[in-house]
Amino acid sequence: MLSDGIAISVKGLGKRFDEKWVVDGVDLEVPAGSVFGFLGPNGSGKTTCIRMICGLLEPSSGSGRCLEFDILKQRERIKREVGYMTQRFALYEDLTVRENLLFVARAYEVDTPRLVADEVMEKFGLADRRNQLAGALSGGWKQRLSLAAAMLHEPRLLLLDEPTAGVDPKARRDFWSEIHELSRAGLTVLVTTHYMDEAERCSDLAYIANGKILTRGKPGFLTRESGLSTFRVHGEKLFELANRLRQFDGVEQVAAFGTELHVSGPDAALLTRALEANCGPGARYEPQETLLEDVFIHLMERARR
Amino acid sequence: MRGESVFSLRRLGAIIAKEFVQMRRDRITFAMMVGIPLIQLCLFGYAINQDPRHLPTALVNADQGPLTRSIAASLQRSGYFDIVDGDLPERDAREALALGEAQFVITVPVDFERDIRRGRVPVLLVEADATDPGATSNAIAALPRIIDLALEREMARRSVESSAGPPRIDVRLHALYNPEAKTSFNIVPGLMGVILTMTMVMITALAMTRERERGTLEMLLSMPPRPLEVLAGKIIPYIFVAYVQIALILMAAKFLFAVPVIGSLPLLLFCAFFFVLANLGMGVTFSTLAKNQLQAVQMAFFFFLPSLLLSGFMFPFRGMPEWAQSIGNALPLTHFLRIVRGVMLKGNGMPEVIPDLWPICVFLVGSMSIAVIRYRQTLD
Ligand SMILES: Nc1ncnc2c1ncn2[C@@H]1O[C@H](COP(=O)(O)OP(=O)(O)OP(=O)(O)O)[C@@H](O)[C@H]1O
Ligand SMILES: [Mg+2]
Repeated sequence: MLSDGIAISVKGLGKRFDEKWVVDGVDLEVPAGSVFGFLGPNGSGKTTCIRMICGLLEPSSGSGRCLEFDILKQRERIKREVGYMTQRFALYEDLTVRENLLFVARAYEVDTPRLVADEVMEKFGLADRRNQLAGALSGGWKQRLSLAAAMLHEPRLLLLDEPTAGVDPKARRDFWSEIHELSRAGLTVLVTTHYMDEAERCSDLAYIANGKILTRGKPGFLTRESGLSTFRVHGEKLFELANRLRQFDGVEQVAAFGTELHVSGPDAALLTRALEANCGPGARYEPQETLLEDVFIHLMERARR
Repeated sequence: MRGESVFSLRRLGAIIAKEFVQMRRDRITFAMMVGIPLIQLCLFGYAINQDPRHLPTALVNADQGPLTRSIAASLQRSGYFDIVDGDLPERDAREALALGEAQFVITVPVDFERDIRRGRVPVLLVEADATDPGATSNAIAALPRIIDLALEREMARRSVESSAGPPRIDVRLHALYNPEAKTSFNIVPGLMGVILTMTMVMITALAMTRERERGTLEMLLSMPPRPLEVLAGKIIPYIFVAYVQIALILMAAKFLFAVPVIGSLPLLLFCAFFFVLANLGMGVTFSTLAKNQLQAVQMAFFFFLPSLLLSGFMFPFRGMPEWAQSIGNALPLTHFLRIVRGVMLKGNGMPEVIPDLWPICVFLVGSMSIAVIRYRQTLD
């Protein structure tokens, strides 16, 4: 087992593609047994980071360890202990569900490949589709098959790159209960996602933008640390109100949520003044808890500036 | 269960099994593997006539005797020669040859008939337009026999016994020609090498590039199989395919074209193994260079064209300029053609085959090394 309870630890990890640093000096520590959420806007370097961690890309700088293995020198060992689910479906579309799993089982030299493949199909509800070509599966079923393939050899660490993109809410919920169960059993999970409800379910979070980690911590800590205040506005003519509010100092985000507006900004006093000035008799406002989404949009905006 | 082995037969088996299933599913590639040999066999074997007849022939006749007339008639009857002009001045005949109006110019010297009767051996000069040796070789091969027959018949008819035994003529040929290109049997054995080159290089180049293009490479690389296992697992199924093709061609050679196999079949199959591997190595090398499947096909063609043109399949090897010969000598197909033709048509054995087998092996080691070195374990 890991002596220090840290499953992944990288320092100064960087990757350069044609003179551009896509990942730039990333320090990351993922505690063993955690469900670690890795968040960031499109193109921020999440996938690149994960690829370096599991030995698929050679880092341009930095060093680190994945489980007890060096990410630069012990790639072969890492591959055997880690389950990696790629962002893009990467199993063979011209093989059936069963043939794909059988291939993976044999590639990992599992002792009884057929048995293990059957078990995994059973567990992931793929048994009915065993003879369907993987390419003919719907998006959600493809994701499930990928997850099954990543877990088939009982890895100690799971790296999941947007595992629930395009998956329906029920399947997503099932997926997350499964993840939590696995993590209770001692598995470490690193997962990237763009869904905020999923981010809230992680035990730890890190936020990356432009290849740099901007912040990290427990979900609650991140909302507090951001220093954002948020108000909820109801009433009439919200659309015009939103446009007016956006012009004001201290108002950073105005977002429509159904029949309400969520307005947030870093300075509570400035924000209240803006709301007082703009909300006529037709509109009411009240404070509300800041969401992770607000925090991340705030971080994204700040990173852009 | 998770051995630290550098090379694992079980992981290799996993990849081979997967490749076979994919091969079975991929109808187009499968059609290509069986269809290309058949189409090429039909094209080259039947459609492209390698036994051209009715070649325009001019006579420069300085003798005009009955014997020369008889020879001219025999030439005409043989079907190979069409006497377009029975009596041309020498200068015009040369010109006809240069312009391509005549494929052959046959010059009968002065006193031709008298010399024969006196037991001398007159020279019958045959000049052939050898720009396309394939076009003339059969006619040339038939020529001495045609003349001998005409001579015998003429002598018998006139019951003239020459004093010095049977009459003889020195048929002197002025043409560049490659004796190996003499028979149309040449083409079918040659096709074996051509087809193997084309399909092996292209299919492996495609098979490897496809993994990259479809994104499955990321998955494959994140799993334990080592580069050597992946390469071997990709190559072995195609060795099997190659032997299916060889069997197909050999059968066509025997039953459709009646080409004899004089030499040892096992020797041929043994040599084919190295040739197939050399081409597979080339295909893998291309796949490590190509960004997508289209590029892979283009590269395969880039390799295939010189192989086709400079190996001695299309044009007689000895008829090519030296620079083209040296390029040809660097290509495995050139050597394999010599092996196949040698074994099938001449009955060559191991000692005769060795000089062409080792260049193939050198190429094999070269292409495989590049393939292994260039095959990356990472995505970058
Ligand atoms: N092989 C490559 N060559 C050149 N640039 C690359 C390569 N792979 C990724 N990039 C660039 O690196 C940047 C980060 O890409 P990456 O896939 O890591 O982002 P991401 O955070 O996973 O984004 P997303 O949320 O959209 O999946 C992008 O700008 C991308 O264009
Ligand atoms: Mg990504």
